[in-house]
Amino acid sequence: MTQQATPALEAAAEKARARNGFRIALPAYAYLVIFFVVPLLLVLVYSFASRSSTGLTVLEDWNFDSYARLFSTDVGRIFLRSLVLALSTTAICLVVCYPFAYYIATRGPTLRNVLLVLVMIPFWSNFLVRTYAWTFILGSDGVVSQISQAFGGEPVRLLFTNTAVLIGMVYGFMPFMVLPLYAAIERLDWSLIDAARDLYASGWTAFRKVTLPLSMPGVVAGSILVFIPSLGAYVTPAILGGARTTLMGDYIVGQFLTARNWPFGSALSIALMTLMLIATLIYFRSGARNV
Amino acid sequence: MSEHRQPRGPVDRLLAANAWVVYVFFYAPIGLLIFLSFNDNENVSIWTEPSLRWYRAMLDDDRILGALRNSLIVALVSTIVATIVGTMLALALERYRFRGRGALDGIAYMPIIIPDVTMGVMLLIFFFQAIGLIQDVLGVTLRTGLGTITLAHIAFNISFVAVVVRARLGQFDNSLEEAAADLYASRWQTFRRVTLPLIAPGVAGGALLALTLSLDDVVVTQFVSGQGSTTLPVYVFGLVRRGVTPLINAVSTVMLLASMLLVALSLGLQRSRGRTGEGQADLSEFVPTTSQHEETG
Repeated sequence: MTQQATPALEAAAEKARARNGFRIALPAYAYLVIFFVVPLLLVLVYSFASRSSTGLTVLEDWNFDSYARLFSTDVGRIFLRSLVLALSTTAICLVVCYPFAYYIATRGPTLRNVLLVLVMIPFWSNFLVRTYAWTFILGSDGVVSQISQAFGGEPVRLLFTNTAVLIGMVYGFMPFMVLPLYAAIERLDWSLIDAARDLYASGWTAFRKVTLPLSMPGVVAGSILVFIPSLGAYVTPAILGGARTTLMGDYIVGQFLTARNWPFGSALSIALMTLMLIATLIYFRSGARNV
Repeated sequence: MSEHRQPRGPVDRLLAANAWVVYVFFYAPIGLLIFLSFNDNENVSIWTEPSLRWYRAMLDDDRILGALRNSLIVALVSTIVATIVGTMLALALERYRFRGRGALDGIAYMPIIIPDVTMGVMLLIFFFQAIGLIQDVLGVTLRTGLGTITLAHIAFNISFVAVVVRARLGQFDNSLEEAAADLYASRWQTFRRVTLPLIAPGVAGGALLALTLSLDDVVVTQFVSGQGSTTLPVYVFGLVRRGVTPLINAVSTVMLLASMLLVALSLGLQRSRGRTGEGQADLSEFVPTTSQHEETG
């Protein structure tokens, strides 16, 4: 039913369409530029600003002092602790979630959907409350401690330690690992695995040489998605961690809400974002090689 | 098709055992919290008898009710705005080519990927500067409060709505829309009669997700709220940091159950009428991965 269009008309129609597209996108475009891009640039500007003796930020005397402070031992220790915790969280999630995602992906369609919804519901529900719930398990008269005492052991208080923060982060971010892994495994071409078995590969060999390499995109995506929020975690260390478990997230918040050193807080934020960017790039590179 | 995938014997039993452990890990803390919220004792860790005492105390607490009211106002306004703007963004990115589309595509996902803390820092500095600028230029003194919280929530909710609606749009090709246009439907008629009904479950799912995220947000809100304008999660966060009380358990349980209900509704809507074949891939669209989705389509 289309009308016969000349090339000139077609070009005009194309142009009109592009204009429409731009118009529809405009509100979101404007909003994201004002409330996301501009704030991002402001953080960058602030990171070079100086701070008056009263804690106000002075937008002159531009300097690199805040960045120089990033390389002090105190800050280095916090960075390192955050990095170790984020990497541990990612590793634990990967080891636990791969077989878990594999299990879900190999069930029948109905059961598979039920199992997935059971992952999604806690995933999107209130993070603060889910983290808070762990205080009853890890506290000095919590579940873990009571079990230990029931078996004649000492009371155990995990709350306010690095272990508690690690458990909380694994708990909070695990679904980020499950879903991409599931998506990758579910999409596998299972006839390739059958072919490997037909050629007398053992179950383990077939897994190692076929299943694992083919699901690598899921491993990469899941690892990035767990690593990034772990590195910037704030609520988890604030609730489950103690004074000696400061991580980058709560350190940054402290610079803004208590220490009132906005230039240094900004420099920390820029450093955090840079680390994430690097992590993402490394993951993508290694992922691309393995696929 | 799926039957022969399933590993047999001990391997499958190990996988099943692992899955059970993971589900217990997911739900045990939640269950424990709900259970303890019905404990009558002042001391959270000593069980005496079941009661609704702390729920009654919660309903008598003006600060909690005030914070709840703030949360509801912010969540409703930010959800409505973000749903409209986010749906338009999804339509533009999925159905049109225009100048600046690539840049917008990149920016659109950044509020999801960037950590809450950095988002909060960015908006804190932004509002501080903006309020100063408005004071200098117009002589009007504005303050941070519900207004800034709402603006901040819209900023991250637009992206989440756009992701969900885009996933829905991706399931249909635009042949139906072209057919409507061929039959001389105006652009608005096409949208109203063809596109919108098709994507409605996605839009509703996105809106419910935005509502959930807004009602749950602590970190960004904490940065942009002002004196006397806390939302419920920020208020509860403050209480939690001061110590555990039975009252927090009751409030937390209500917040948790409300958000679980909203998520379940959101998931249900997004999956409605998408039950064939691609239905399973749908759920993974929920996760803002970068490379994965192009292939899922």
